[in-house]
Amino acid sequence: MAIYASGQRILLPVNPWFIAFTMAVAFLFNLLPWRDVRGVPDLLALVIVFWAVREPRKIGIGTPFALGVLMDAANGVLLGQHALAYSVMAFMAITLSRRILWFGPVAQAAHVLGIFFVGQLLMFGVRAVAGAASPGWLYFLGPLIAAALWPLASFLMLAPQRRPESVDETRPI
Amino acid sequence: MEHSPPPFFNRGPAPVVRLTFFALASVFLMVLDARFRYTEPLRQVLITVAYPLQRAVLAPVEAAGRIGDYFQSLADLQQENAALRAEKLAAAQDLMTLEALRSENARLRGLLDARERARADAIFAEIVYAGRDPFARRIVIDKGFTQGVELGRPVVDAAGVLGQVTRVTPLASEVTLVTHKDHAIPVQVVRNGLRGVAYGAADGTGMELRHLAANAEVQPGDDLVTSGIDGVYPPGLPVGKVVRVDRDAAFSFARIVVAPVAGTDRHRQVLVLRATEDAPPYPAAEEQAKKPSAKTRRTKRGEP
Repeated sequence: MAIYASGQRILLPVNPWFIAFTMAVAFLFNLLPWRDVRGVPDLLALVIVFWAVREPRKIGIGTPFALGVLMDAANGVLLGQHALAYSVMAFMAITLSRRILWFGPVAQAAHVLGIFFVGQLLMFGVRAVAGAASPGWLYFLGPLIAAALWPLASFLMLAPQRRPESVDETRPI
Repeated sequence: MEHSPPPFFNRGPAPVVRLTFFALASVFLMVLDARFRYTEPLRQVLITVAYPLQRAVLAPVEAAGRIGDYFQSLADLQQENAALRAEKLAAAQDLMTLEALRSENARLRGLLDARERARADAIFAEIVYAGRDPFARRIVIDKGFTQGVELGRPVVDAAGVLGQVTRVTPLASEVTLVTHKDHAIPVQVVRNGLRGVAYGAADGTGMELRHLAANAEVQPGDDLVTSGIDGVYPPGLPVGKVVRVDRDAAFSFARIVVAPVAGTDRHRQVLVLRATEDAPPYPAAEEQAKKPSAKTRRTKRGEP
């Protein structure tokens, strides 16, 4: 349970199956043939960071690692590249979650932009060491777009946890 | 132990510990994969599991394409049909002469006692998608080793050489394109028979002909075909066209930029060539055989 800033509504507990569902959808999105479109955001990273920020006790680092290995195999890239990036991103999100949740959606996006950027840089570094060709500058557009999607993504993914607005003047919270 | 807090809020190992564990596991995996290729079985399993998902994700895209084809106007199709008929007629003429030439060639080669050129047998495949790795040029085709695709087989499209099969799974294969940075293909200039090796360019968009002297007889517009000396690519397949030749006296080699003729963006259908005849046995070291070895020499010396 996170500590919320004043004015934020208390949410219902999250359904673990919903977390799995969003991860599956993001994984399928990443499976689309994006090869010739540069700057596509890594939605799976976005979802992983989102749940790691929101539910740091439910999302460890093992799940992101496993998803990363799956992404590597499906993309035909060096096994461990996405796994390393996702693990580090999840760790940063878990560590910073208390801090990030204190801000509004736009400030949160600014925070996660740093996390996404670190992840992208890690993947870039791994491939550079392994001797791959340069992907071009547009490669680093992905984190920017992913961070820009953060407010929308958090609105959508928190939707099942919101309660109907019922004004009850006598209730303390 | 007596100083540790009660396990009311037991959360397992600290995040730093977990991160260290999984980061080390990632690095370990990467080293195993890049250096020793021990992870191939794991990768095969994961790819085979993910393949139906990929096809499912692609299904709407393909369906949209098919619906577009369906609503293509009749006039377009008639036009295309006429063009194809004309093309077929021209091709038939070529084919007839080709048959005659082939038999003549076989006879002449027989006279010359030269080895017959293998007629490559081919597997038809479709490009499922261009690989999603932004760092490397690869495509995935819909035939795997259950359909007879083997590692290292050349892949061509209607225009020329596309690349080489670099990973085979049961239902799909991965093709490294000729524009890949680490891909090399032995080529020959059609105009004068000059041989060289074409590599993928460092930026992954074209190819370059490396290690040719600055005064090499290559001009922009020259056609390049495979020379076949590697035993992988059959000789005579079109590879590319020379676009630019920079002869800078500061470097000992010319910088020759080549545009590949095959393209993933233009064709969906490809052929995986297979059953190229085995390379002739490596010529025995005749000089060594002729030269009497030290041992025989000694015995000869000892004889008289």
